[in-house]
Amino acid sequence: MLSKIVRTVANQLILFIIVFGLYVITHGHITPGGGFQGGAVIVSGVVMLLVAFSSQELKKSLRERVLSIMESTGALIFAILAFAGIGTAFFYNFLVGTPIFGRIPATGPGPGDIWTGGVIPLMNFAVGLKVIAGLSAVVLAIALFSSGEEVEE
Amino acid sequence: MRKVVGLILLLVLVASLVSGVLLIHPFGHPDASDMDDYIIENAQEETGSNNVVAAVLFDYRGLDTLGEATILFTAVMGVLLLVRTLKRKEESS
Repeated sequence: MLSKIVRTVANQLILFIIVFGLYVITHGHITPGGGFQGGAVIVSGVVMLLVAFSSQELKKSLRERVLSIMESTGALIFAILAFAGIGTAFFYNFLVGTPIFGRIPATGPGPGDIWTGGVIPLMNFAVGLKVIAGLSAVVLAIALFSSGEEVEE
Repeated sequence: MRKVVGLILLLVLVASLVSGVLLIHPFGHPDASDMDDYIIENAQEETGSNNVVAAVLFDYRGLDTLGEATILFTAVMGVLLLVRTLKRKEESS
C-alpha cells in the first residue's frame, strides 16, 4: 500500500478513467476505438488501483468468481449476436434498418449518430465486458500470486 | 483398400489446396484493391457504422474477432489455471 496522497489521487482518477473507457466502448462504431481498446483503458485503471492499494485490499471488492461470470456473459452475448443473423449468414448484421441501432448514415465523412451500426455497438459492449473482466482477473491473480496470498476461488 | 482410399482422398485434398493457392487473389498487391473499394463504398450503407474499421472487425470479418475473443478467453483460463496449480504445489511440498 502506497502513501495516502497516492491513494487519494487514485481514488479520484479511477472515475475519469472508467468514464473514458466507457466512452471509447460505446462510441466504437463512430470514432476510433471499440471494445478491446476501451476495455484495456479500464483495466489500466484497475492496475493503477492495484499499485496504489495492495492486492489484498482490491481482492475484497473484485471477486474472481464475479469476474469469471462477467467474462463468460460477454462471450455468450457475442456468440448469440453472431448466431442471431444466421438466417442470412453467420455474423450477418440483422439490426440495420430496424429501430434499434438501425439508422443508416450518409455515405462519406460525417459527425456520426449513436443509433447506427446495427449489432456493432452491442458486440462492442460484449467484447468490452469480456476484456474488462478477463484482463482484471489475470492481473489480480498474478498480483495475488506474487504477493504469496491465497487465490480466491 | 483403406490405404488406397486414403491416398485418393489425400491427392484430391492436395490438388484442391494447390489449385486454391494458384487461384488466390494476389495478396498485398496494391493493384488488387477491389475488396477495399467495395468495403469503402458500401460499408456505411450496409452496416450503418461510420467507423469502417469497426464495420470490418465486427461485420465483414466477424469470425476473426470471434477467434480473437476465444484467444483472450483461453489466455485468461490458462493464467488462472496455472496460478492455482502452482499455489497448490507450493502448499503440498
